[in-house]
Amino acid sequence: MKYLIIGNSAAAVGAVEAIRRNDKGNPITIISDEPHHVYSRPLISYLLAGHTKEDKMYYRDENFYKENNVETVFNKRVTGVDTKKKQVILEDKKKIDYDKLLIATGGTPFVPPIKGKDRKNVYTFTKWSDAEEIIKISKKVQKVVVIGAGMIGLKAIEGLNAIGIDVTVVELAPEVLSRALDKDASRIVQRKMEEAGVEVITNNEVVEITGKGNVATGVVLRDKKKIKCDLVIVAIGVIPNTGFIKESGIKINRGIVVDERMETNIKGVYAAGDVVEALNMLTNEKMPIPIWPLAYRQGSIAGDNMSGGTLVYKGGFPMNSIEFPGAPTISLGIIDPRGEGYESLIKNDAKNGNYKRIIIKNERLVGAILVGDDVDRAGILTGLIKEQKPVTAFKDKLLDRNFGFVHMPREHRREKLEKAI
Amino acid sequence: MKIVYPKEEACMACRLCEVACITEHSKSKDTLKAYKKENPTPLSRTLVEEIFPGLSVSVMCRHCSDAPCIEACFTSAMHRKPDGRVIVNEPKCVGCWMCIMACPFGVIKRNQYIGEGQGARGKGQEIKIKLSSKCDLCPDRSIPACVEACPNKALAHEER
Ligand SMILES: Cc1cc2nc3c(=O)[nH]c(=O)nc-3n(C[C@H](O)[C@H](O)[C@H](O)COP(=O)(O)OP(=O)(O)OC[C@H]3O[C@@H](n4cnc5c(N)ncnc54)[C@H](O)[C@@H]3O)c2cc1C
Repeated sequence: MKYLIIGNSAAAVGAVEAIRRNDKGNPITIISDEPHHVYSRPLISYLLAGHTKEDKMYYRDENFYKENNVETVFNKRVTGVDTKKKQVILEDKKKIDYDKLLIATGGTPFVPPIKGKDRKNVYTFTKWSDAEEIIKISKKVQKVVVIGAGMIGLKAIEGLNAIGIDVTVVELAPEVLSRALDKDASRIVQRKMEEAGVEVITNNEVVEITGKGNVATGVVLRDKKKIKCDLVIVAIGVIPNTGFIKESGIKINRGIVVDERMETNIKGVYAAGDVVEALNMLTNEKMPIPIWPLAYRQGSIAGDNMSGGTLVYKGGFPMNSIEFPGAPTISLGIIDPRGEGYESLIKNDAKNGNYKRIIIKNERLVGAILVGDDVDRAGILTGLIKEQKPVTAFKDKLLDRNFGFVHMPREHRREKLEKAI
Repeated sequence: MKIVYPKEEACMACRLCEVACITEHSKSKDTLKAYKKENPTPLSRTLVEEIFPGLSVSVMCRHCSDAPCIEACFTSAMHRKPDGRVIVNEPKCVGCWMCIMACPFGVIKRNQYIGEGQGARGKGQEIKIKLSSKCDLCPDRSIPACVEACPNKALAHEER
């Protein structure tokens, strides 16, 4: 039995650790088109900011592969999968056999067809090498235009801002972080960005990246406004990285289609992490939810099933914790309720940078937005969303800063606090 | 494994568990110095929730067997020790609050202070340090400080 994993990140590690719980002996091979020992992508903005160092980028210690008997093939891109011959094809045409395959190739940054996007100093921001290159030239950079004020855009801005680089961000939506927050919450974050010296332009878009020869020197916006800059970062979003399996017969919808055991339509081929569309337990839809915890969990479920286990994926929901300095935010589940039956409870203390919104449907908590000090016990709400039990008995307490277990029914509280978990 | 279990019937919201926890997690191990002098001010890793009068309970980490905080942590600062304890490796933590978002007990705290760090502007700079702090079951003691400090046996250190 040969296990083969394409990708070397959260989902891959989840899979290796699960496989090794069931099967100590059979060989595992990991292929990655990057040169690094497994590292944490979300840390690249901290690296850029100088808030973490190279040696702290790694997600597992240096013995990880050895201890788990994993062979690694780094710096090699997979260009195809032959599911009939059970082979993976590398860019150098080399082939690697497998019995069980996991596709954990994550997301790839989406770059729209903006004129001038191929100029040399136009970057995306999802990989260690992106941060490295930006750091290398940062001393010569005074001004950056970031396209997109979503999660990754904000992280890039935070990193640049921390090292004193001037940033203008251009966002198509009317607000920053529009997929994670609502208007009122976004406004608080935008204000903090502006206080930190970031120029925020919303309801607009970059239509051209201008420059001299190969070098970008500015952008033109839809309203004809021109902005000079030394560097452009495109941070519009990531899409499942499935290009190399287009011809493999593996079914792809918005992401790779998997069942609850993370197996694709081809037996023996599994997929997990940002590359799949999996169950959103709140909407009952299958969709990519590109976040670290779910990538790890799905990887772990795939690995378990690849090695004879029977774990199933019960679904997840979008959640994220994003902090622009001074404005920590946590967003959970459904934050833009559309349609019937939703109820929102809101406490807006924008003046002090605090905001809390609770979203309820059918007596169950389905979403929350927290900004400022209200993030402190956010996890209790995450727990309530996961459990999908009625919250009506303590609904009027949900907005309190110190909402906690004392507000819940006694039986529920004792179940949680007085038993082993 | 042995963790700390609260017993709400016996809790009278005196918060001595919080005081003991702060002292135990201070540099000086001296209550007054911990409260008044130390930077960073140590945080209590247990929290007494209260509805006055009559109901209170001290809540701290359950060291869950399938811990959502570990899964959520992208730095691997949050990890499990071989003895089962869920612990923050503080030098690795960047204060992203993913664990705070994930913990269904709401018992991980944002620990933020101005201290010497290695900011982008070089070593020895005063920067804002952010990290997560939580119950570590007092590794230097046989009985956790909060349990020992509780005057009313409202906290039990046991295996269930
Ligand atoms: C800047 C940034 C900040 C983020 N912050 C957060 C956050 O705060 N919280 C959060 O939950 N999530 C965050 N994320 C998202 C998080 O990083 C992802 O959800 C997670 O990395 C997904 O893991 P994965 O294993 O699915 O794939 P990825 O991490 O995308 O890894 C894919 C792997 O596949 C390899 N690969 C891809 N294609 C090929 C190929 N053809 N051949 C060989 N190898 C290939 C890559 O080299 C890589 O090793 C952030 C992401 C970024 C970019």
